[in-house]
Amino acid sequence: MSLLEIRNLSVVFDGFRAINGIDLTVEQGELRFLIGPNGAGKTTLIDVVTGLTKPASGTVVFDGRPLAGLREHEIVRLGVSRTFQTSVVFEKLTVLENLDLAASFRRPLWSFARRRKGTSEMVRKALATTGLEELAEREAGVLSHGQRQWLEIGMLIAQEPRLLLLDEPVAGMSRDERARTGELLTTIAEDHTVIVVEHDMEFLRRYASQVTVLHEGAVLIEGSVDEVGADPRVQEVYLGRSREEAARDAVG
Amino acid sequence: MEGLVNQLPIGLSIGAVLLLIALGLTFTFGQMGVINMAHGEFIMAGAYTAYLLQDQPGGFLGSLVVAFVVAGLMGLILERLAIRHFYGRPLDTLLLTWGVSLVLQQAARDLFGAPNVQVASPSWLRGSLGILPYNRLFIMALAALSVVAIWLYLNRGAQGRRMRAVMQNRQLAAVMGINTGRVDQRTFFIGSGLAGIAGVALTLIGPVGPTLGTYYIVDAFLVVVAGGLGQLRGAVLAAVALGLLNSYAEFWTNASLAKVIVFAAIIGFLQYRPQGLFVLRSRALT
Amino acid sequence: MRGALAGRAIFVGVAVLALVVMPLLLEPFRLGLLAKYLCYAIVALGIGLAWGQGGMLTLGQGVFFGLGGYAMGMYLKLNDAGGDLPDFMVWSGVDRLPALWEPFRNPIFAIAAVLVVPAAVAVALGILVFRQRVRGAYFAILTQALAAAMVILLVGQQGLTGGTNGLTNFFDFFGHDVAAEETQRGLYIVVAVVLGVLYLAAWQLVRSRFGRLLLAVRDGEDRVRFLGYNPATVKTITFAISAAMAGIAGALFVPVVGIISPALLGVVPSLELVVAVAVGGRYTLAGAVLGAVVMGYAKTYFSEELPAAWLYLQGALFILVISLAPKGIVGLLRRRGHEFA
Repeated sequence: MSLLEIRNLSVVFDGFRAINGIDLTVEQGELRFLIGPNGAGKTTLIDVVTGLTKPASGTVVFDGRPLAGLREHEIVRLGVSRTFQTSVVFEKLTVLENLDLAASFRRPLWSFARRRKGTSEMVRKALATTGLEELAEREAGVLSHGQRQWLEIGMLIAQEPRLLLLDEPVAGMSRDERARTGELLTTIAEDHTVIVVEHDMEFLRRYASQVTVLHEGAVLIEGSVDEVGADPRVQEVYLGRSREEAARDAVG
Repeated sequence: MEGLVNQLPIGLSIGAVLLLIALGLTFTFGQMGVINMAHGEFIMAGAYTAYLLQDQPGGFLGSLVVAFVVAGLMGLILERLAIRHFYGRPLDTLLLTWGVSLVLQQAARDLFGAPNVQVASPSWLRGSLGILPYNRLFIMALAALSVVAIWLYLNRGAQGRRMRAVMQNRQLAAVMGINTGRVDQRTFFIGSGLAGIAGVALTLIGPVGPTLGTYYIVDAFLVVVAGGLGQLRGAVLAAVALGLLNSYAEFWTNASLAKVIVFAAIIGFLQYRPQGLFVLRSRALT
Repeated sequence: MRGALAGRAIFVGVAVLALVVMPLLLEPFRLGLLAKYLCYAIVALGIGLAWGQGGMLTLGQGVFFGLGGYAMGMYLKLNDAGGDLPDFMVWSGVDRLPALWEPFRNPIFAIAAVLVVPAAVAVALGILVFRQRVRGAYFAILTQALAAAMVILLVGQQGLTGGTNGLTNFFDFFGHDVAAEETQRGLYIVVAVVLGVLYLAAWQLVRSRFGRLLLAVRDGEDRVRFLGYNPATVKTITFAISAAMAGIAGALFVPVVGIISPALLGVVPSLELVVAVAVGGRYTLAGAVLGAVVMGYAKTYFSEELPAAWLYLQGALFILVISLAPKGIVGLLRRRGHEFA
C-alpha cells in the first residue's frame, strides 16, 4: 500500500479551479519534488493534504486512512508534518523550547503542567541534524532566515512524522544556505518520506530524483529529473520562455 | 398579536440606528484593522449637536448635516492624532480609544452637565402612519438613504473604488499609487459622520446624556461581528436582524433576558458562520 | 538564573511587606482599601495569564468576578437571614425562596460554586468560540457583550439578585462580625495569602511546558495547530483558569467591601482592570498585579482629591501607556534596570 494516495482531487476558490483532478501516489521512503509554474496548485495541494483547504471533490488517503473531515491537528497526529513558505517559529521561545514543543505533541496535556526537564532523545537528534546545537538556548527571534528554516525542519523531524511536506524550503536563501539545506534534505530523506515543493531549478537538479510537474491544477508529467526535463510539454509550460531555454533551465 | 405588530417599527428603527453606527465600525475595522471604542462618543456628539441646534433656523434637518460634519471631524482628528499609528493592532486601538472615550464623556459632562437632556422632536415628526410612528419611520428612511449613499460611493466612483482596493489589499493598493492615508482619512470621516447622524436620530426616541454612546456601541460591534468585516450587505442584514431580535426578545421575555438571548444567538450564529455573514476571501494564512 | 533569584527575593520582600508591614502601618480603613485592591489584583493576575501570556483579550472578567461574588453573597445573605427570606426579597415582595438560592444555604456548595461556575461558563464560551477560531478583536467584543448582558440580567431580576443595589448588608462571616476591625484585618491577610498562592501557581504555570505552549499559541496559533496541538483546548483551559481566579476575587471582595452589585462588574469595571494590567505591564504576571494595585490607589486618591480630573487623567494615562509604554510600568523599570546594570 502506498503511503499517500490522492485521487481525482479538485479544489475550487470562488469559482476558480485551483486544482483540477489531480492523481498522485507517493510510496513509503520516497523523496518527491513537486514543481510547476506559479498558480500550478503546488501549495494548494499541500494545503489539502494537511487539512488547511477543503477539496471540492476527490480523496486523499494517508496510509490507508481517508483524511476527509479531519482537522489540521488530527492530521498531524496521524504523522503528516509540514513547513510553510514563510517560516513560522515561536520567536519568544528558545530554539530548544521550539523543538521541545514540536516533539511533545503526543504527550498528554496534563503532563504539560510540569516544567521541561532535560532534553529528549528526539530533540537532541533534531538539534544535531540541523546543526543548531550552538543556538539551542537562544530565542528563536534572533535567528537568521536560513536558521529559521532549519529550525522549522528540525521541529518536523522532532515530531517523528511519517510524511514531511516542505513548502519551498530554500526560497530566499543564500547560496551557502541552499547547499546546507540540500544536505539536510538528503539526510532526512534517508529515513523519511518527503514531499518538497520547490521553485529553485538548480536545487532541483542537484537534489531531486522523482519529480511531479503540475500545470494549471493538473499533473502534467511524472518521472525522473531527466525524463521530465526532456518532455516537450514541460518546456512549453515553463515560465513562458522559449523551449530550448526552458529545457536547459529545467534540467541543466 | 397587537404587541407583535407594534414591536416591528421599534425593532426596525433600533436596527436602523445600529446600522448607522455599525457602518463606520465595520469599514474602519475592515480597512484599517482598528477598533474604535470612541465611536460611541461620536454618536453622543451628534446627539448634543441636535440639542444645541434645536431652536436654530434650519432646524432638525440642518442638525443632521452639522452633526455629520462635527462627528466626522472628530473622527478625522482622532485618526490623524492617534489611531493611524496603530493600524493592524485592533486590541491596542481598542484600549487606546477607550481612553479617548472616557475623556470625551467627561468633557460632555463638563460642557452639558451630567443629567440627561431632552431634544424636542420637530412637529412634523409627531404622529404616525397607521402603526408606524413618523419618528421611527424617519429613522428607517435615514438609514436606508445612508446605505444607498454608501453603496453608490463604494460602487460608482473613483474614491469608493480606491477604498475597496485598500480594504482588500492595502499594500497592493499602495504600490498601485493609491494614497492610502487619504483613503483612510475619508473612511474615518464618513464612518464617524454616520455615527453623528445616528446620534441625531436617537434624539427622536430618547433623552441625550454623556454616556449615550455606551448603550449602543456594544451592540453595534456585535453587528460587525455577525455581518462580517467591511461588508455593507452583512452590516445591513445583521443590524436589522439584531434590532428585531432585541425588540422581540424583550417583548416575549423581558428586557433583562433579551440581551442574554441576543448574545446566545450571536454565539450560536458564529457556530455556522465564524467570520460573519460575508467574508472577504484571501489565501493568506493569518 | 540571576533573574530568577532576584525574582524570588522580590516576591519574599513583597510578601513580608504585605503580610507584616502593611497591617501594622495602615489604619483599618486604608487596610480595607488595600484588601480591595488585592482582590482586583487577583482578577488582574487572571487577565495577565489570558491576555499577556495567551493573547486572549478578555473584556468580560467582571462577569466571572460577579459570579463568584454573587455565589458568596447569596450564602452570606441566607446565613444572615437564618431560616427567613433575605431582606431585599421581602422588600421586593418575594414570598418563597427561589429554587436557585436553595443550595447556597450550604457554605461548601457556595464556595465550590465560586470556583466552578465561572470556570464552567468560561469553558462553555471557550469551546464554542475558540473551536470556531473566533479570536482577537472578535473575542474581545464578545466578552464585552457578555459583560453588558450580564449587568442587564442582574439589574432586571430584582427579586432574585437584588437588582441595581445588588447584595449588601452582611453581618456574619463564618462566625465573625463582618464589620469588626479584627475580621477585616483577618480578611486582608486571607486575601493577601490567596493572591500570593495564586501568583505562585500562575508563575509555575507560565514556566511549565503548558506556559511555553500558551506563548506559542499567542504568537502563532495556526503554527501550533500544525504541530499537532489543538489551540482551542489550550485557550479554553487558560480562559477557565483566569475565570476561576476572577471568581475567587469576587468571593473575597464581598466580605471585604460588603457589597456585590451590577455596577461593580459591567463593561467599564472589566475594561478598567484590563487597562490596569496594561499600565502595570501585560507581559509579566507581576506587572498585572502591580497595575491593579497602582490603578486602585490612583483611582481612590484622585477621586478624593480631584474628582473632576480623574476621568481625564485616567483617559490620558491609557492613551499614554498604550502608545508610549506598551510594556507598562514593568517595561519601564526593566529598561531602567538595564541602563544601570
